[in-house]
Amino acid sequence: MNDSKKRLIKGNEAIAVAAIDAGCRYFFSYPITPQSDIPEYLSRHLPEVGGTFLQAESEIAAINMVLGASAAGARAMTSSSGPGISLKQEGISYMASDELPALIVNISRTGPGLGGIAASQGDYFQATKGGGHGDYRTIVLAPYSVQEMYDLTIKGFDLADKYRMPVMILADSILGQMKEPVAMVGKKKSTAIKKDWALTGCEGRSPHVIKSLYLDGDKSIEHNWKLYHKYQKIQKNEVMCEIKDCKDADIILIAFGSAARIAKTSIEMAQEKGIKVGMLRPITLFPFPNQQIEDLSKDIKKILVVEQNTGQMVEDVLISVSKNAKVTFYGKPTGNALEAEEILGQIEKLKNKKGFNR
Amino acid sequence: MKQVFERPESLKEVSFHFCPGCHHGIIHRIVAEVIDKLEVRTRTIGVSSVGCSVFLYDYFNIDVCEAPHGRAPAVATGVKRVYKDRIVFTFQGDGDLAAIGTSEIIHTANRGENITVIFVNNTVFGMTGGQMAPTTMLGQETTTTPLGRSFIGDGYPIKMSEMLATLEGCSFVARVAVNTPANVRKARKAILKAFEMQVNNMGFSFVEVLSACPTNWKMSPQDALKRIKDELIPYFPLKIFKEKTIPDTL
Repeated sequence: MNDSKKRLIKGNEAIAVAAIDAGCRYFFSYPITPQSDIPEYLSRHLPEVGGTFLQAESEIAAINMVLGASAAGARAMTSSSGPGISLKQEGISYMASDELPALIVNISRTGPGLGGIAASQGDYFQATKGGGHGDYRTIVLAPYSVQEMYDLTIKGFDLADKYRMPVMILADSILGQMKEPVAMVGKKKSTAIKKDWALTGCEGRSPHVIKSLYLDGDKSIEHNWKLYHKYQKIQKNEVMCEIKDCKDADIILIAFGSAARIAKTSIEMAQEKGIKVGMLRPITLFPFPNQQIEDLSKDIKKILVVEQNTGQMVEDVLISVSKNAKVTFYGKPTGNALEAEEILGQIEKLKNKKGFNR
Repeated sequence: MKQVFERPESLKEVSFHFCPGCHHGIIHRIVAEVIDKLEVRTRTIGVSSVGCSVFLYDYFNIDVCEAPHGRAPAVATGVKRVYKDRIVFTFQGDGDLAAIGTSEIIHTANRGENITVIFVNNTVFGMTGGQMAPTTMLGQETTTTPLGRSFIGDGYPIKMSEMLATLEGCSFVARVAVNTPANVRKARKAILKAFEMQVNNMGFSFVEVLSACPTNWKMSPQDALKRIKDELIPYFPLKIFKEKTIPDTL
């Protein structure tokens, strides 16, 4: 990588720049903190490349504009935060069933309810278990650096097109507001796919229909299995995670996103003290790295899960680990972010502990 | 012998599933005739709503996208922003457009989005089995107003055309009915005008069509026609509320 091509940029802006680099030309959203840098950037820069920025009257309207633009075959996107993402879930469910690609960014905030604007990972369940009504999933990408905010936005558009489904970026205000140097290579990385299913007007072909209503029982069952098999294929082919220093480790720390970023410092501090601790960082939250966690947990029996919530991803870790592994959870429903020292304290405590609570 | 009546090319060769006396079929046909007349079938994209009109794609011989309940104008906005040269229309009932979709219809109209909306007002939620709609008449018995709609608690029947006509973004707003052959002809003229507005990039166009729902009104088709004439039209007058002749420019 040529460092001279790097730009010092905010996480939220990295997402906006990446969207343009990925060929996204349609952005619809509604203002909410702490994601507003994304629409503000795109309102200025999308028109410069012939794109459309539209500030919708509501979160619901915004996601349905994305639905329409996607149905017409365009790369389309929206961004929001916690409560706004809740409002978009109806549209996300329709798009999952319609098999329409789109990128949805959640710069999440604390909840429930109006909560606050501090970084939080309380939207993990909503993001990874479907979120809206019905039996579906969205691919969920969890960046932990500004570079990954850029790279995973590009990747998200490609995955959405490849599997014809909504893809979500799950980040928070720590990742959205911090500035880091980013290498911008998206134009080379992204691959647009021909969408022969799109609605373009039926010139020279029979009409296309995009719908999610299946009143016929057999067809409804068939459609749900079709979606399921797609998700199985994604589980098999698209898992991404970072595994670091896990060889010979006594403890594995599992965390994603901003919690992983903070825990990285804690791990370095622990290693300086001679504690053998490694990290597994899920980058895709759906598909979840179940197999990678199971494999690691066969040899390393002490597992520490750290989240900025009261315990959500830990449930996926628990169903992944091998029988003898002991899982300890340390969580903090934020308002104030996790601190490296408090995670270090947990690592030290775990090192000296003989019995563990699952 | 000269053939004087035939199926529009924009309709598929299938029978409508609508109840006896329902006006959806007539309104579908008018829209299809207009699309044929303007020769835009292969560059038209329809957006269906939730309710009896969801099955638009079973009848129209064009590309169609289904929208969530009330969201058709937002979906149509997305489609139209991608394809400015295509003809995009929504087809929505009164439960869809005047209740859950009030926000979307108002703001799409206010933006002057260059689409056409066909609003079927039969004063009741049809598909879900006859519950009160915002357009339900005072005194009208529905499954959720068993004693008849009262303005105390339920409010008054909402007049969408009158409301939308106040918005600058609208190029054309009209209310029509299809209860008599003469009214069918007027309805066709208004719907043609609405689509022409879009073809000429004049901005948002809207036609409300008073429609019969004999099943949920618990009436014969004949009595339903009489009700439109005696009860609905006096409260929901048939007229052109707005017609722009010059497009908005910067």
